[in-house]
Amino acid sequence: MPDLERFRADLRDWLDSHAPKALMGAPGNELEGVWGGRKATWSDPDRKHWLELCAERGFTAPEWPRAYGGGGLSRDEARVLRQELAQRKLPPPLIGFGLTMIGPVLLQFGTEEQKQEHLPKVCRGEIRWCQGYSEPGAGSDLAGLQCRAVLDGDHYVINGQKIWTSYADQSDWMFCLVRTDPSAKKQAGITFLLFDMETPGVSVKPIPLISGSSPFCETFLTDVRVPTRNVVGQVNGGWTVAKALLAHERTMIADAFGGGAGIGKGRGIAGWAHDYVEFEPDGRLGDASLRHRIAQTEMDTRAFVLTTQRARDAAKAGHGPGAASSLFKIYGTELNQRRMELLVAIAGPQALGWEGAGFDERELDLTRQWLRSRGNTIEGGTSEIQLNIIAKHVLGLPD
Amino acid sequence: MQLVLTEEQELLAKTASDFVREHSPLARVRALRDRRDEVGFSRALWKQMAELGWVGIRLPEAYGGAGMGMADLAVVLEQLGRRLAPEPFLSTVLLGSEALRLAGSEAQQRAWLPGVAAGERLLTLAWQEARSRFDPCRIETWAEPDGSEFVLTGEKIQVPDAPVADAIVVAARTGGSARDETGITLFLVPRDAAGVSITRQTRIDHRNAGLVRLDGVRVGADAVLGDPGDGGRLLQRVVDHATAGLCAEMLGAMSQVFDDTLEYLKTRLQFGVPIGSFQGLKHRAARLFMELELARSATMAAVRAVDEEAPDLARLVSLAKARCSDAFVLAANEAVQMFGGVGMTDEYDVGFYMKRARVAEMCFGDAAWHRERWARLGGY
Ligand SMILES: Cc1cc2nc3c(=O)[nH]c(=O)nc-3n(C[C@H](O)[C@H](O)[C@H](O)COP(=O)(O)OP(=O)(O)OC[C@H]3O[C@@H](n4cnc5c(N)ncnc54)[C@H](O)[C@@H]3O)c2cc1C
Repeated sequence: MPDLERFRADLRDWLDSHAPKALMGAPGNELEGVWGGRKATWSDPDRKHWLELCAERGFTAPEWPRAYGGGGLSRDEARVLRQELAQRKLPPPLIGFGLTMIGPVLLQFGTEEQKQEHLPKVCRGEIRWCQGYSEPGAGSDLAGLQCRAVLDGDHYVINGQKIWTSYADQSDWMFCLVRTDPSAKKQAGITFLLFDMETPGVSVKPIPLISGSSPFCETFLTDVRVPTRNVVGQVNGGWTVAKALLAHERTMIADAFGGGAGIGKGRGIAGWAHDYVEFEPDGRLGDASLRHRIAQTEMDTRAFVLTTQRARDAAKAGHGPGAASSLFKIYGTELNQRRMELLVAIAGPQALGWEGAGFDERELDLTRQWLRSRGNTIEGGTSEIQLNIIAKHVLGLPD
Repeated sequence: MQLVLTEEQELLAKTASDFVREHSPLARVRALRDRRDEVGFSRALWKQMAELGWVGIRLPEAYGGAGMGMADLAVVLEQLGRRLAPEPFLSTVLLGSEALRLAGSEAQQRAWLPGVAAGERLLTLAWQEARSRFDPCRIETWAEPDGSEFVLTGEKIQVPDAPVADAIVVAARTGGSARDETGITLFLVPRDAAGVSITRQTRIDHRNAGLVRLDGVRVGADAVLGDPGDGGRLLQRVVDHATAGLCAEMLGAMSQVFDDTLEYLKTRLQFGVPIGSFQGLKHRAARLFMELELARSATMAAVRAVDEEAPDLARLVSLAKARCSDAFVLAANEAVQMFGGVGMTDEYDVGFYMKRARVAEMCFGDAAWHRERWARLGGY
């Protein structure tokens, strides 16, 4: 039996005998997935058990080296793992910025000591990370950030403010961009560093969103002392690290939203439509304009998924990234927004519920997801900024 | 399915691209148009393409072909599409010989395919009629059985390369009524059969096409391709395969007109700066780039689905054709807009792409048609 098939067979045995049956069908999205961390609350013991089981085998970070708590799997084995989990409708054991953002960056830029310290805790879901990039005056123009870090012996002392810090109130550590050289050209004076959110001088204040939840915060930093060994990459070389992380972030956002995730996935959009609109006796949807919108959205999704597959195949064949991560960010997030708009259109007045009587749980969930989706084209660099990046770096158009 | 070119395909693409640079600049297409060339393409170049193995690329080696796949042919078609080469790939390779390859008897194949592969015989397929719009099964041409023979009557429109084809595969009804997939039969009709008359048509892209009138054309049972009455499925299959190939050609053309537009954005100065520095144009170019990338992925999947006889072939073909139709038309329209006034002149080449985009869009169904088909195949 070829190695990959043996791997699949062993994996199936393991999943069938170990994976908690009760979790099959449980969602793993942003709202309901397991983020881990010191402040995690475990309403469902199965989720905790599932995380521990997977962490033990390195399945929370399948492709990371075993030495740092990962699974040491090849790309193909990791794909098999995803397929087998999907087939059993098992949620990912763990999600979060540790796995998708800071982890890959530490693997690329971190010191051995940093990798040893942080990666195993990410894999076990012990530490939850947040991203301190944006500031009130530095959003799209991220390199214009003002948060200052001044060297004092073997520590940096940080003063400034971050904003839109997703889940800062629930996180344990922050990866943060600070200005260490105010006299240099703006990209050249930035340093990337890590600190514990319990360090004295760190305070956070949640900001309510239009979707009713408050996943992001203002973060205030007052005389926060961070040891110099927590600098990732070079001092004043943080922009390179920051950009590498943004590429991972875009890919993560595109993956999360572009592949038809969320509501209506299992049964498809047409399945969702069955609950709200008339179908002809022969199974056809009578409303031609709705039918076309559904077809268009499904076809866009298929073409997008094929494009991500093509990028992966090209990378495997050593062709470098076929199309920029910016393309995936723009298209994946806009596609998710179109899908949400369509689901809302299909549900009609039933998509207007905020809470209480007359709306079922799926409908209330749709309201929140639709509202939340509007942020997809802003977070991680707006669509307009991604278009600028494509125009400049892919098409070579002049400034 | 691997959505990446093999090393051999990369090489093939290079050969085809060099060939186009050397032998097939857009000026050639312009000259053919300007002198109202009756053939509409170059027979000498066609012969060379045959010698390079491209014409018979999908045909069995026993008949002088190369026995390769649609994914290989697609690589060649994309390069030829870049400069709108008008040689008869659609008619002879994608339609006529594909029908023979799929359903021809040994005798039929032996009689025709070696000549096709050698670049000496041309074939085509006549499916479309005045009232079919995009539905390949909307056929009113009738084939009346008469003993073991059939008598064909009807008119086919815009049959690609009909005026120069040596034989025409004709889709006609032996049963059922217009729109039924059942009751259709494909016949291989030699161009000189009594009762066949062909009139050259001139369309906006000036490629060769013609009206084919069948006035009591008598053919024997040996002219039938596949099983009588079961030609609807065969026709649909041939059309799906041809559509995948056409998408590859469209992809080449839209990529080239986009490249030409980018070049213009970088060189045309207004307000003392290149127009490509204006964000209003940059963002449109970036969005167009995304559409082209998605069209490429869908096309690569469709041509590979043909080779793998994938169960969702029909849906992947509809996906590719919908995307390529929209993206090619958009690329051409954006090109004219971004070139400004000169984009409207006959002297500049962009107009050729705009016209070709429209013809290719309408061939085998536009984007809306394929979205509707996608929905139908999905059961809703
Ligand atoms: C849900 C959500 C979660 C987030 N999580 C985090 C997080 O965890 N950590 C973090 O650091 N940040 C986070 N952000 C912040 C996010 O990265 C910023 O909102 C984003 O970079 C845009 O910055 P801004 O909000 O200041 O908008 P601005 O930069 O002020 O932009 C306003 C508008 O102007 C446009 N614009 C700006 N510059 C240009 C230009 N050059 N060309 C054309 N148009 C332009 C923008 O596209 C936008 O439409 C999050 C945001 C959201 C919505």
